[in-house]
Amino acid sequence: MTVKGERPHALTKAPFHYCPGCTHGIVHRLVAEVIDELGIEGKTVGVASVGCSVFTYNYFNCDMVQAPHGRAPAVATGVKRARPENVVFTYQGDGDLAAIGMGETVHAAARGENIVAIFINNAIYGMTGGQMAPTTLPGQVTQTTPYGRDVKTAGNPIRVCELLSSLDGVALAERVTVDSVKNVRVAKKAIKKAFEYQIAGKGYCIVEVVSTCPTNWGMSPADAIQWLRDNMLPYYPLGVYKDVGEGEQ
Amino acid sequence: MNEKVLMKGNEAIAEAAIAAGCRHFFGYPITPQTEVAAYMSKRMPKIGGVYLQAESEVASINMVLGAGAAGVRVMTSTSSPGISLMAEGISYIAGSDVPCLIVNVQRGGPGLGGIQPSQADYFQATKSTAHGDFHILVFAPSTVQETVDMISTAFDLGDKYRMPAMVLSDGMLGQMMEPVILPEAKDPDKDSKNWAVSGHGNKREHNVVNSLYINPQELEDLVKARFERYKIIQENHQMAEEYLADDADIIIVAYGSSSRVSRSAIDAARAQGIKVGMIRPITLWPFPEKFINKHIGHTKAFLSVEMSMGQMVDDVRLVVNGRAPVEFYGRTGGIIPTPKEVLEQIIRINGGVQ
Amino acid sequence: MSDLNVLFAGFGGQGILFSGKVMAYAALMEGKELSWLPSYGPEMRGGTASCSVCISDKAIGSPLVVNPDVLVVMNLPSLEKFEKDVVPGGLIIVDSSIVKKDVTRTDVRVVRIDASRIAEDNGLKGAANMVILGRLFKETGFCSAENLDLGLQKSVPTKKAFLLDNNRKAISLGIESEY
Repeated sequence: MTVKGERPHALTKAPFHYCPGCTHGIVHRLVAEVIDELGIEGKTVGVASVGCSVFTYNYFNCDMVQAPHGRAPAVATGVKRARPENVVFTYQGDGDLAAIGMGETVHAAARGENIVAIFINNAIYGMTGGQMAPTTLPGQVTQTTPYGRDVKTAGNPIRVCELLSSLDGVALAERVTVDSVKNVRVAKKAIKKAFEYQIAGKGYCIVEVVSTCPTNWGMSPADAIQWLRDNMLPYYPLGVYKDVGEGEQ
Repeated sequence: MNEKVLMKGNEAIAEAAIAAGCRHFFGYPITPQTEVAAYMSKRMPKIGGVYLQAESEVASINMVLGAGAAGVRVMTSTSSPGISLMAEGISYIAGSDVPCLIVNVQRGGPGLGGIQPSQADYFQATKSTAHGDFHILVFAPSTVQETVDMISTAFDLGDKYRMPAMVLSDGMLGQMMEPVILPEAKDPDKDSKNWAVSGHGNKREHNVVNSLYINPQELEDLVKARFERYKIIQENHQMAEEYLADDADIIIVAYGSSSRVSRSAIDAARAQGIKVGMIRPITLWPFPEKFINKHIGHTKAFLSVEMSMGQMVDDVRLVVNGRAPVEFYGRTGGIIPTPKEVLEQIIRINGGVQ
Repeated sequence: MSDLNVLFAGFGGQGILFSGKVMAYAALMEGKELSWLPSYGPEMRGGTASCSVCISDKAIGSPLVVNPDVLVVMNLPSLEKFEKDVVPGGLIIVDSSIVKKDVTRTDVRVVRIDASRIAEDNGLKGAANMVILGRLFKETGFCSAENLDLGLQKSVPTKKAFLLDNNRKAISLGIESEY
């Protein structure tokens, strides 16, 4: 699959450092395209989290602040409360959002904090070299679940969209993936809606992107896409888990 | 000039911050500082400010990071265990060169400790707030009026040097009421920081507020540059009060609440003809070395009086560097030493009363 | 009078902290240096409450009153706890409606005032603290009558201005009381 077209203005010229087949690049591009299309680069502030995507502050052309591990929702809250006129988004992985930062995530969502969270769920810790994530599937082999994730001892994976959709402050919780041209389009639509909802002041929006990590999964990019379809999507079904719609707030 | 009113230390902190143009407060309840948050929650909505009760001190300090990065005057307030939770965030804030104000109304520790006044967080404030090579400005008020006057200085110096500033108070100073004249109000300023992340408005390159430097050389250069700034601060911003120090044989070094107790003891000792005085650090970082050095020679002994097991005494010893004996007296766990106890120490060091 | 260190002590809810506050504000009106320091923490909630007030012509050193010139006690535990700490020649004011036990010290002056009963008899239930403050004012003259009233006005929140007259009345009863 190839993504064609000009580089969006909201991306800098810095080359991505991501591994071959990693979907971060696609998601970065989708976010940047949405920023371009909405004409909001000049008033957008992004919050980079700790994980593979930590260098997003070099990739997005909008103002960027880098948060401690897990704290992106709190940092974004600070930015947004100080500058309500700005558009604020976080870009977080599964370890950042659903493990160390679950407290900040749940409370930002419950407050209806008017921010967008772009959540990359690839079921593994990438930056530290492939350890178990809160979203690692049962039986999945990682560096710290060498015999496969045994839910009896290592616990169960967390389905973030399902969890957050029960909170009143959440305006949009949607799970997407980018394994095909069709799904990329759906993902972009979700991201755009999330930013539009923020601009309309609707509350916390999360777009969970089920993603691949060929390097730490130990697969070729093509095999990783197939593994995602065969294993991730059944456990993490795509779809809209909450959408307050156009009228409500 | 504003009217003299009676105010609790904690409430005075909040009102002084508002007067200094602070419109953003993020915090989490903890005794004995909760009045700061309660006061802010009452006042901020009426003046177009932001009060937000976070889910934890961890979240509060990161909200402070976000708002500070966005270029506004921002603060949080907590008590000892809360600072431990904020440590990570303070390191990131320092490493990102973001100014902010952090108030610590100290209580007894370690652990859950107690809720009574303490000065056992001196090391934490001045030496080891969190991981990495960095300092924060640390101010130690001893009266409610001084607390009020200091808040604006702390904000201003934090902005000037782009670093966190801490006001190190304690349960006694926070809970007590004293007469105070509030400073004239300054307007909030949110647009003068050209490094802040507030949207580039298509008028400049994007700003990045960050503390990650993968290249060791880049990080060393940055830390060294920061330490050059620290040197300038150490040169220009040491603050202390000298009390009857010029002719003193014995000089007490004490800050905050313990300096008040010491002052009472000094007055009693002077009444008995003992030449004792005090250097009261107002900045704990930078430590007021100059004020101590000035009195080397005529001072036969220094006595550090603290509400801890002896923390600032290390800094006194480093400055005195063997040129005079340095003694220590302290109470801990939330106990405030009495003037009588300190007087006994003075008499002991003096070798009795002539 | 140069220095006056007062310790108010009793149960939470008796207005111990408020008495101290009125005294502190009156001293402020008088142009004195002063401090007011409450006990704080769980003990406030139903247990004992105490409050240190220091008044001086000079800057206040330690605001914590360890050896009071005047001890005001409105319950028995406070008398038992603090009686020994009063400076020799000092004054202990006891709400004798509540504290039946006698003061054992002989080197201090003792004023026993039936404050809670006086308040109640005059329809001022809950204002025993102000009756005692009136007595304290009479005994020590720590400020002028005008400044005591100003101190009271400053201490009563605007929303509760209707309480002013009751407090004034209670203070007067204390001033006029016999023992």
